[in-house]
Amino acid sequence: MATISLHALRKSFGDTEVIHGVDIEIDDGEFIVIVGPSGCGKSTLLRMVAGLESVTSGEIRIDGARVNEREPMDRNIAMVFQNYALYPHMSVFDNMAYGLKIARKTKAEIAEKVAQVANLLQLEGLLDRKPRQLSGGQRQRVAMGRAIVREPALFLFDEPLSNLDAKLRVQMRLEIKALQRQLGITSLYVTHDQVEAMTLADRMIVLNRGVTEQVGAPLEVYSRPASRFVGGFIGSPPMNFIPVALCQPDKLRALLPGDISGDAGLTVGIRPEHLERVAEGDHLFAGRVKFTEALGAETLVHVVLEDGQMVTLRQSGALPLPPADSLCIAACASAAISLFRASGERLEKG
Amino acid sequence: MTGMVQKRGWGVLLTHCGLILGVLTVCFPIYLAFVASTVTQPEIVRPPMPLLPGNQFLANYERAILSGVNAPVWRMLMNSAVMALGIALGKIAISLLSAFAIVYFRFPLRRLFFWLIFLTLMLPVEVRIVPTYEVVAGFGLLNSYAGLILPLIASATATFLFRQFFLTVPDELAEAARVDGARPMRFFFDILLPMSRTNIAALFVILFIYGWNQYLWPLLITTTPEMNTVVMGIKQMFPSGDDTADWPVIMATALLAMLPPVLVVVAMQRLFVKGLIETEK
Repeated sequence: MATISLHALRKSFGDTEVIHGVDIEIDDGEFIVIVGPSGCGKSTLLRMVAGLESVTSGEIRIDGARVNEREPMDRNIAMVFQNYALYPHMSVFDNMAYGLKIARKTKAEIAEKVAQVANLLQLEGLLDRKPRQLSGGQRQRVAMGRAIVREPALFLFDEPLSNLDAKLRVQMRLEIKALQRQLGITSLYVTHDQVEAMTLADRMIVLNRGVTEQVGAPLEVYSRPASRFVGGFIGSPPMNFIPVALCQPDKLRALLPGDISGDAGLTVGIRPEHLERVAEGDHLFAGRVKFTEALGAETLVHVVLEDGQMVTLRQSGALPLPPADSLCIAACASAAISLFRASGERLEKG
Repeated sequence: MTGMVQKRGWGVLLTHCGLILGVLTVCFPIYLAFVASTVTQPEIVRPPMPLLPGNQFLANYERAILSGVNAPVWRMLMNSAVMALGIALGKIAISLLSAFAIVYFRFPLRRLFFWLIFLTLMLPVEVRIVPTYEVVAGFGLLNSYAGLILPLIASATATFLFRQFFLTVPDELAEAARVDGARPMRFFFDILLPMSRTNIAALFVILFIYGWNQYLWPLLITTTPEMNTVVMGIKQMFPSGDDTADWPVIMATALLAMLPPVLVVVAMQRLFVKGLIETEK
């Protein structure tokens, strides 16, 4: 149990700076997901907190104490690695017990602790097996068990689910969430999968090229993205971006108070589910249906705008599929609209 | 159908004939040595050469082991064993540690040290034998086990092999151990060493035989018969001048010298093969 604070954290490899100053205060027991495209520095950030990478400048505090110079083992953390990093020659029991053995716990204490965690993770029958005799999901559990056994102040997860197949991933996601709730241990979780980020996080950090784009609760990030990048990265299919110049001025004025039609560099961001097909004359912008994807519960309608940009519209699966012809679209409510400057940052309305 | 079976039958027969012929060719000299070690000296020198074992087996071997020609063979066998074990275990320990240093630690001139070690591959004992002798003699190590073992104890090949193996061990394993609280040497003993055990076994077999078969070096630095190793000792048993060679004893010694490497190979065969073909990660 611990509070974590990252203050102006920077990391350079030689002359290239990969983390350009990250700040966040993490509460006790919070589940924080660091999400971003590959190469954005999210794993580096996590490894800095773990103590596996040195800190170029800035400060990491765990429970108020500066840990920059501490070895990983002295930070009271546990980490789950992407490829699990189980010791191949040790049994499941020994894998889980290794950290405790090094900490010079007594045999009885270790046995009790491991048994307890094995019970929690349904690993009791597997304690004598070697890692190579386990399935991917079981290895994943052992890696979690190894982290839990040590009762750390902080869990670090480095894309722990990316080696699992899709079905198992969903299942393990739920298990991780439930476990974290049950144990109440502060967690930092790195992923590139925005669905994982949305479902797991209490708050998420959206990282892009080493810069924090937004920190916030998943739904807040989803509905009020702080930048065009966040809108495009979070959500599947991503947010649509429509240049203001392509919108009907009166309709836009009705949706957004204040005159913005003069600023041609602005972009309107609308989620696919907030768009609906309406009759001609009432439309915000117009485009041609390129193709449709019927997924059963919903249908994705892909539309090409005048300037060639693609816009996606999500409609209920019960509605008839539109043929490939011209159609009109309008946003439903002003609350669902985001406005972005040409630089990509969000423009608050009104 | 029958033709096919017939053909296959002939194939098997031919293959086996070829193999048996090969085995006989290889084994015949050894058999001859065995026969020679079981007969008396006059029987050997009188033509035709005896082709069936005689009845002197126990007497000849007892004579070889307990008294020998210059030194008793048990003594030479023990010298050889100490030397071969010292070289094999020493080489393994040193190369494991140097490979560990080169792969897992960042220190100045790391690459230079690696290439220096690698360069010594080009300098086998025979090439550097004169300066090495000079150094060993200067330290007063002639006629000692240290003198037999130390100059041969570093191995670039083994260092290189372990380096390559360590490079295939995922970095996350070292990091996981670090997070678990293992300091470097603890990681080395708890994780790396057990993971390398098949490689170690394979290398041990190769290096033991290498050490056992050393000829030139022991010949140079041992002058008293008590420090002779068995492989060079056989040569020392040949008389100079007009004396007759004691062939039964020499042959018995040769066979005794062959035994330990064979035993090592047989005992370690399973691990040896596993270490050569399989990497366990």
